[in-house]
Amino acid sequence: MITLEHYLFLGAIIFTFGVLGIFLNKKNLIIILMSIELILLSVNINFIAFSAYINDISGQIFAMLTLTVAAAEAAIGLAILVVFFRNLGSIEVNKINQLKG
Amino acid sequence: MFLYSLTFYLFSSVAVLSALMVISAKNPVHSVLFLILSFVNASGLFVLLGAEFLAMILVVVYVGAVAVLFLFVVMMLDINFVKLREGFLQYLPFGALLGIVLVIELGILFLTDRSSNIYNNQTPLQPIVNEVENTKMIGQILYTEYFYLFQICGIILLVAMIGSITLTLRDKGGVKRQNIDSQNTVDASTAIEKKKVKIGEGI
Repeated sequence: MITLEHYLFLGAIIFTFGVLGIFLNKKNLIIILMSIELILLSVNINFIAFSAYINDISGQIFAMLTLTVAAAEAAIGLAILVVFFRNLGSIEVNKINQLKG
Repeated sequence: MFLYSLTFYLFSSVAVLSALMVISAKNPVHSVLFLILSFVNASGLFVLLGAEFLAMILVVVYVGAVAVLFLFVVMMLDINFVKLREGFLQYLPFGALLGIVLVIELGILFLTDRSSNIYNNQTPLQPIVNEVENTKMIGQILYTEYFYLFQICGIILLVAMIGSITLTLRDKGGVKRQNIDSQNTVDASTAIEKKKVKIGEGI
């Protein structure tokens, strides 16, 4: 019997992998962006599981909003990454310190 | 119900394993491919929950657009990925500790307090079943109740598009561009020049 808990626990595991990915690949900006995508996926799983749990379609609307924001974030993040690589020839995160005031 | 459980465990285990591979694969191209696998399995879970439209959107938008964009960037940039993996093992113990603590804490939230009335989880999760199908239901509520949210989504995407274009667009010197104004203002008096050519000679 699959209950709400199962989906929430799945979301928690995927969320943790997303956070862990940011920790482990501290230098690789691309993997960090992918980890953020994983985190947003777990948010989506939670939204839709709760939407089915309370029998209300609104959760799916909010999941669509999350999808939109995730797509926009990926586009802008990759654009910044391309510009950064063009200027420095590397995507190491600890080299991004030129914006400090 | 047995088939439902089996499908859930199949999709969720593949999703979790591929999420693990995303953050641990040596080659970023493999990471992107595992990200795609994770998203496809998550869309299978969405179908199980009765959100067919979102499942299809997830496949089309993520696998079709975002993941391909990632793949494009990974393959286009000439990055030394071996150098970027330095420090992976250094952060592994701390990261693993943090991950375990996070999972346990999040798990405790779900596993305790089963008996309370507010959080009664003993009912199996069923997809929302109605006479109208999922896509129609989303459309009926999205264009009425959540209309402003829909518009704001469009604005977010527009801003993201303009932002990423202006970030990556660069003016190189020496590129010949079309000048529409000067093309349109050409008339016969400026475009044609008469010359007297002597017989037996060129210009």
